[in-house]
Amino acid sequence: MTVEAKVRNFTINFGPVHPSAHGVLRLILELDGEIVERVDPHIGLLHRGTEKLIESKTYLQAVPYFDRLDYVAPMNQEHAFALAVEKLLGLEVPRRGQLIRVLYSEIGRLLAHLMNVTTQAMDVGALTPPLWGFEQREKLMVFYERASGARMHATYFRPGGVHQDLPQTLIDDIGTFCETFPKALADIDTLLTESRIFKQRNVDIGVVKLEDAWNWGFSGVMVRGSGAAWDLRKSQPYECYDEMEFDVPIGKSGDCFDRYLIRMEEMRQSTRIMKQCVDKLNSPDGKGPVSSLDGRVVPPQRSEMKQSMEALIHHFKLYTEGYKVPAGEVYACVEAPKGEFGVYLVSDGSNKPYRCKIRAPGFAHLSAMDFLCRGHMLADVSAILGSLDIVFGEIDR
Amino acid sequence: MDFILAALDYLLGIPVLGWGMQVGFVYKALLLLVSLLVFTAFILLAERKIWAAVQMRRGPNVVGPFGLLQSFADLIKFALKEPIIPGGADKILFLLAPLLTATLALTGWVVVPLEPGLAIADINLGILYLLAISSLGVYGVIIGGWASNSKYPFLGSLRAAAQMVSYEVSIGLVIITVLLCVGSLNLSDIVTAQQEMGLANMIGLPQLTFLNWFWLPLFPMFVIFYISALAETNRPPFDFAEGESELVAGFMTEYSATPYMLFMLGEYISILLMCAMITILFLGGWTSPIDLLPFIWIPGVVWFVVKLSLVFFMFAMAKTIVPRYRYDQLMRIGWKLFLPLSFGMVIIVAFVLQLTGCGWHGGMA
Repeated sequence: MTVEAKVRNFTINFGPVHPSAHGVLRLILELDGEIVERVDPHIGLLHRGTEKLIESKTYLQAVPYFDRLDYVAPMNQEHAFALAVEKLLGLEVPRRGQLIRVLYSEIGRLLAHLMNVTTQAMDVGALTPPLWGFEQREKLMVFYERASGARMHATYFRPGGVHQDLPQTLIDDIGTFCETFPKALADIDTLLTESRIFKQRNVDIGVVKLEDAWNWGFSGVMVRGSGAAWDLRKSQPYECYDEMEFDVPIGKSGDCFDRYLIRMEEMRQSTRIMKQCVDKLNSPDGKGPVSSLDGRVVPPQRSEMKQSMEALIHHFKLYTEGYKVPAGEVYACVEAPKGEFGVYLVSDGSNKPYRCKIRAPGFAHLSAMDFLCRGHMLADVSAILGSLDIVFGEIDR
Repeated sequence: MDFILAALDYLLGIPVLGWGMQVGFVYKALLLLVSLLVFTAFILLAERKIWAAVQMRRGPNVVGPFGLLQSFADLIKFALKEPIIPGGADKILFLLAPLLTATLALTGWVVVPLEPGLAIADINLGILYLLAISSLGVYGVIIGGWASNSKYPFLGSLRAAAQMVSYEVSIGLVIITVLLCVGSLNLSDIVTAQQEMGLANMIGLPQLTFLNWFWLPLFPMFVIFYISALAETNRPPFDFAEGESELVAGFMTEYSATPYMLFMLGEYISILLMCAMITILFLGGWTSPIDLLPFIWIPGVVWFVVKLSLVFFMFAMAKTIVPRYRYDQLMRIGWKLFLPLSFGMVIIVAFVLQLTGCGWHGGMA
């Protein structure tokens, strides 16, 4: 007589204190041996109620919350919010302000992609790339600091433009960085792209067909990896992206390796855009104010406040009461490093947003974990997770 | 009575005191143990410095000059910490596992000849003994992972068991090819055999002994052995048993303080043992690479340590530059690539030796 054996799958708790959980992700993995049968992502461990908090802050006070969403590329988030407020106010950002925004958006892209590509490598066991990448990130964070005074939480892109002008030496240093960075990138490239093991771990892992990518609400590298040339910087250009020359790399098979290659290429393209920005900032038509001159929204210069009583009063009013934004609703989005980062803003005509919905690209990507990982092996979970580019600040909000 | 006295004499005798015929076994063992542990301490530091150099960091540089005392500081730290034993763990087995790993790793060194005649036990089955001891090493990992009664360690120990067993097969076959060439299982014989034949003699430059060593005629086996040794000792790219990005710390997840240190110690001693095996089997053991004057003045132990360190350098570099394989890929390489390859080489080498008349049937060895 045979006894019918009861077989139960092995359930393990992946995170939130797992070394490759990318922050505070918690995955409940159901394993059949090494094969993943089911993935259940649990989120919310970093939930801070950003959207609700913004409702009780003036429009200017809401900006710092955006730094804390995807804290790997803070200014890109500020950008979406600034665009939304400007759309409601009908504000025009001066050319120099636009150039600086584009420049720093691309620095943010480098920051995020450097972090992601190298930690993806670490997720499959390569220990050296992160340290090489972080050396470059360090330089970029110094650029953040020299522009805004903060290495991460910059609060630099504000409705109307950017907070302060860049010193000429900083622009020159960014120009020099653009010359040296491709070399450093090539070093990381030789360590990973040509590595047989890295390929074996990433090729044909976590394949996303284009149709699935659209259905799951993917954006950014996740759809470009599947073959769609969808980049908001090209398809609906904002700021002065339409005058920049750059290519949008796309993948063929939609696997982890394609996404890795796209991120590497995007870094090269970002360097190209940064170079153009530096050139344009140095040319005569790149000079001028960095922020809108509309005194109802943008506070006066410090130097002005030393002389003018009116300026001092305006400054005080703008930093306490803030400015009123016409009633209406608006959606503004940017091509953040992780995908389409959007802000849906409802204004009731007061000085505080009535509602601010944040569309974080990582949220849609993470929700597909089960779809992506089913049938793969345990080790692939961390490889796929690495290629999704998850940052919990923006997912939990 | 006589037997007991003879045994005591063997173990404790000191010739200078007029008591005993040779230096006692215990003192030799103690000397080996201490020098091995001290060497491990510095090789650990060297490894961290190598990684640091590749990763453009400074590495440990605070404790002592150039961080030379770092490993000793770590030792004190580990020894003074409280070992935490998880509630659900089997206490005895949990503590036995690291002891087993460390002891077995140290035991292997008994037969390693550092110089002609300088092995604690120069037994005729040396290589077989080494193979047996390194196979037993897997028990420490399995017991440790299972006794932890925790999910990640359990998965880690399962992986380790499968992996170590798979790669032992190809290691065994590699050793067989060497044995075919030598005709003896004695480690000292394997070293001396490498002096006597080979390319250097053929081209009429017998001074270039490094061309005689087995790494050249058996180059594919040398590579297979190196890679299998990485897998056997759970080193990247085969460090699944403790694969950080998947299994947190694998079978060592629940370990802390001294038990953890014993695991690490056992791991590094067995890595050094593997390096020593590569040195003996393929790099001519204690012999000088060039049989000319300034080189042959240097004692054999020094050459042995130099070669061993070189092999260890290759181990350390592998860790810095390679990503980790996936579990099934590792098994595929082990069974579908290395096994047929090394098996084929055994046959080829046997044929060549039979046709040329050297090797095991009393030709050159």
